[in-house]
Amino acid sequence: MKLDSKIPQGPMAEKWSNYKANQKLVNPANKRKLDIIVVGTGLAGASAAASFGEMGFNVKNFTIQDSPRRAHSIAAQGGINAAKNYPNDGDSIHRLFYDTVKGGDYRAREANVHRLAEVSNDIIDQCVAQGVPFAREYGGLLDNRSFGGAQVSRTFYAKGQTGQQLLIGAYQALMRQVNAGTVDLYTRTEIVDIVMVDGKARGVIARDLVTGEFQRHFGHAVVLATGGYGNAFFLSTNAMGSNGSAAIKAYQKGAAFANPCFAQIHPTCIPVHGEFQSKLTLMSESLRNDGRIWVPKKKEDAEAIRAGKLKPTQIAEENRDYYLERRYPAFGNLVPRDVASRAAKERCDAGFGVGATGLAVYLDFKSAIERLGEDAIRARYGNLFQMYEKIVDDNPYETPMMIYPAIHYTMGGIWVDYELQTTVPGLFAAGEANFSDHGANRLGASALMQGLADGYFVLPYTIQNYLADDISTPRMTGDEKEFVDAENEAKAKFEKLLAIKGNRSVDSIHKELGLVMWDFVGMARKKEGLEQAIEKIAAIKKEFYSNVRIPGSGEGMNVELEKASRLADFIEIGDLMARDALHREESCGGHFREEYQTEEGEAQRQDDKFTYAGCWEYQGEDKAPVMHKEELTFEVVKVAQRNYK
Amino acid sequence: MENNISLTLKVWRQNGPKEKGRFETYKLEKVSTDSSFLEMMDILNEQLINDGNEPVAFDHDCREGICGMCSLYINGRPHGPDDDVTTCQLHMRKFKDGETITIEPWRSAGFPVIKDLIVNRNAFDTIIAAGGYTSVSTGGVPDANAIPIPKVDADEAMDAASCIGCGACVATCKNGSAMLFVSAKVSHLALLPQGKVEAARRAKNMVAKMDELGFGNCTNTGACEVECPKGVSISNIARLNREFLKAKLQD
Repeated sequence: MKLDSKIPQGPMAEKWSNYKANQKLVNPANKRKLDIIVVGTGLAGASAAASFGEMGFNVKNFTIQDSPRRAHSIAAQGGINAAKNYPNDGDSIHRLFYDTVKGGDYRAREANVHRLAEVSNDIIDQCVAQGVPFAREYGGLLDNRSFGGAQVSRTFYAKGQTGQQLLIGAYQALMRQVNAGTVDLYTRTEIVDIVMVDGKARGVIARDLVTGEFQRHFGHAVVLATGGYGNAFFLSTNAMGSNGSAAIKAYQKGAAFANPCFAQIHPTCIPVHGEFQSKLTLMSESLRNDGRIWVPKKKEDAEAIRAGKLKPTQIAEENRDYYLERRYPAFGNLVPRDVASRAAKERCDAGFGVGATGLAVYLDFKSAIERLGEDAIRARYGNLFQMYEKIVDDNPYETPMMIYPAIHYTMGGIWVDYELQTTVPGLFAAGEANFSDHGANRLGASALMQGLADGYFVLPYTIQNYLADDISTPRMTGDEKEFVDAENEAKAKFEKLLAIKGNRSVDSIHKELGLVMWDFVGMARKKEGLEQAIEKIAAIKKEFYSNVRIPGSGEGMNVELEKASRLADFIEIGDLMARDALHREESCGGHFREEYQTEEGEAQRQDDKFTYAGCWEYQGEDKAPVMHKEELTFEVVKVAQRNYK
Repeated sequence: MENNISLTLKVWRQNGPKEKGRFETYKLEKVSTDSSFLEMMDILNEQLINDGNEPVAFDHDCREGICGMCSLYINGRPHGPDDDVTTCQLHMRKFKDGETITIEPWRSAGFPVIKDLIVNRNAFDTIIAAGGYTSVSTGGVPDANAIPIPKVDADEAMDAASCIGCGACVATCKNGSAMLFVSAKVSHLALLPQGKVEAARRAKNMVAKMDELGFGNCTNTGACEVECPKGVSISNIARLNREFLKAKLQD
């Protein structure tokens, strides 16, 4: 497998300009002859599909939901970063670039990140022109706030619903193109395979989730914008339908899967409360601005709380352990996500956890309420407090919130070069689905930025460089042998699942997988545990293919069948994550190996051995994948150990 | 405090769009009051699958009240017996031990049933496609701070833009009108200078599409505002009417 990152020539700040100046373009008459398939309608997919349509390409856009507006980008709360420097506080493209590479613990490709920072400002302009109602100051200009990992205020926001507003902006731009006839929209339709013709991606096999029928679709190029794979853990902050299936199909067709073990665990989520739990709800990172995190100092107090004999408000100040403030006096409660998550786990594992399960810590607003008054706290976090109260039935103005870390975002994904093209010619990946910009840890408010950068301002250029060589390639009808074979293969997979007729529901097996992932491939990993995980996942795979029960048939809507086909792919992803985590003998960003930590328990990178992206190549059913390296070189950023003390 | 309750569920079952539907009755024991309504539905489905039956199909996705996918009509109310929540944010502590809960899909001419509790809401996308956007393409737009916007207008636009497109307003309306949905979009964009340019045209096109798709007329009952999980105000409907009138006068 050849991993050519195709980084353009020239100094870092000129690479993107150089690329655009020298790339191939497609003229308007030829654009009409070219078809592009876009899978997914989140920020990356909707923005790409809308932009391609506006340019004059013929676009087919697919979503598993009933409307493009349901994509999980909609749930992002906090904001979107850009290097506008409106507050005049010293921000610049260079600084946003630098913070992102550093925040990613030096495991991202510099050139891609620099381009991301360059186009960040265009995104804000575009969104405002679309009518995104960003927060404003009384003077009528845009407001900014600060987020973790930055010393400037560069985050634009729309209440606590920034993802929703940006997605609606992209969705509306997309629907404008649907109306114009440049985009054909396929809702409740899932991609079940990618069609290869002469070594290039030339289409997809789709399944209509309402009728159960299979469809063949041709495209001169295929873009996957299908999000992350955090639901391999069953419980995560992702939506129930978020899945990694399109990514796995790409991997099985020869696309390298990079850094699968880099998953972000968000420290402030509402804790698990029972076996029936279906998902975890995130409480915005912004709460750590005013909330103080603690557990009881004495084990007997923690035990009494767990037994329901003591309330947190009865624990005297001197008997509380504000462990983040104790361990990290410089950053306190505002350490990055990975550090805060691990510290919570450490206390709970040591027996100081609270809540009925002992897997929770307190996030306390008492001091902030005393200092600022309840009204000020209500104005800042009212909607979050209300959300918490609806779920937990507890008043966070009076009793501290309980929180615990949960899987939130996956930095790893399909390997792409500078043009966002995978190792399969004609197959592109954008947004969370690719691996490119966040290294081993993503900073807050950067996911929205990356999704829209890829869709609005990167792919519309780079895809032309590929399609320029395709202007004489005629459309295929879908009746070619490659399409027919791919459809038959996909059908056979679904029939195989339906034929198992075992005794266990899809969810019960998915939950079992999730527990293995959380226990062995979660916040802290070690060699023996990861080896065990690989064995356990293999056993779960066997159980799945011999004992899953899917009621109904392949005709008409069958939700259990959809879930089963996604779980089959999550099992592959789980295995890949464990293998990647096992091979990466260092701790960096979201990946923490217990063997590699400093005396104080901090993450220790092994730069001499692991300054690369680990890219996995599929070798066939039940064969171990092979890892290739994309070595990372840092021309501009000075690689250093992160320190938050 | 957590309790376990037993429930009788009367659930609408319908195999397909053209099939005849009927209520089926199920018993559920030991449902934690800490679980969400949709987690209760998961428990029901697990029980149905284990008994060799087909699970109940229902729409859901984010389970945190923002995607707008969940759409259950519970005991005669869209999103059930709590205020300002979507179905996924409703918790079982709102129900009593031994209670019978009736669960139906959205019922409206504009939203035909696909299966069980799942309906087809593509009509909302079609209405947006008719004009629910600003006609700008990617690139070549002015700097984001080039046009100052009064904070009150931006905030009001944001309130209108909070609509999640769930369809509760249509489901609760005795006329099956989509006016709250349409007016929220028209208001959101008309309040901002970027959207004002084509505000009248937008109102006219969206209303025409809404009528064409079989949604009913608005008779100002205000039921939509009461059931809207995001508190979108019916004052938006007045603004839509103004824009619509402007467009008609220009004709």
